[in-house]
Amino acid sequence: MGIIKKKQDFEVNDYPPVELHEGGSILLTKLDDLVNWARSNSLWPLTFGTRCCAIEFMAVGASRHDMARFGFEVARATPRQADLIIISGSINYKMAPVLKRLYDQMADPKYVIAMGACAVSGGPFYYNSYSIVKGADHVIPVDVYVPGCPPRPEALLFGMMQLQKKIRRERNFSRRKKR
Amino acid sequence: MTNEALIATISQIEAEAETRLGAQYVETFIPAARLHSFMTRIKEDVTLAFDYLFCVTGVDYADHLQMVYHLESILHKHVLVVKVKTDGRETPAVDTVSDIWPTAEFHEREAYDLLGIKFNNHPDLRRMFLDDNWGYPLRKDYKDDIHIVSR
Repeated sequence: MGIIKKKQDFEVNDYPPVELHEGGSILLTKLDDLVNWARSNSLWPLTFGTRCCAIEFMAVGASRHDMARFGFEVARATPRQADLIIISGSINYKMAPVLKRLYDQMADPKYVIAMGACAVSGGPFYYNSYSIVKGADHVIPVDVYVPGCPPRPEALLFGMMQLQKKIRRERNFSRRKKR
Repeated sequence: MTNEALIATISQIEAEAETRLGAQYVETFIPAARLHSFMTRIKEDVTLAFDYLFCVTGVDYADHLQMVYHLESILHKHVLVVKVKTDGRETPAVDTVSDIWPTAEFHEREAYDLLGIKFNNHPDLRRMFLDDNWGYPLRKDYKDDIHIVSR
């Protein structure tokens, strides 16, 4: 971790050059860790279920699997209070603008998990269907894809924890390591 | 009423009906012009008393469209299937039966939504599930190159 001395390594509008080291400053890296720790352990999903995957989603929320253990404390019925959409079920063309609006109404940072074959790719409705969107990523960006029809609750929990891992690697304040 | 007695009674009150015993129920074909008066008649007739419309179906038979009504009498425990052919598939239309059985109002809206069959004198014939400019997706000749990945 050498201190950068060459002048051409600095850019004029770089993010706050507090103690520039390769890989960012110690102060801001630790601030990132703190923020990511808070964000990843308090991800409240939106109550959003469009088909049978929603039943598995409810099972994940219920006492046996209990997603509250991992910080997905409670599903909120309003996008204003949610950090995460779990698209549990197929999205049809009439639902797509509604999903887009819900996503737009959520406060940043916001995350999306596509749960089940329908949300990943259209699933069994991929061929010869006039109404089903062929994958929810045609509508909103998706962070984690959980395959299955429907996925087991363990699979969804694994996907949710993958999202937590992804959030813990985020850089919000410090600079990305130069390659 | 037994199936044989039902066939005899139907052909007695409606001369133009073609009635036969189908795989499960007694089926009768009615000309579209006679549908509404026939339906009114078999509901109000005390020996028939078809007071329960339990299924309304639209079918696409390439050269024409068809409406199928499953009727049951709660009182007499007999079932009749009434079938009506529309003339052609350009402007298919039959009379509504929603003034006889109010449940038909939503069923007919659904048939209009997905097959494009118009119902004369229907109180509120709007699209039910789909947008107004969608087309009629359950028709056999429905084409959509953008949304349908065909196999």
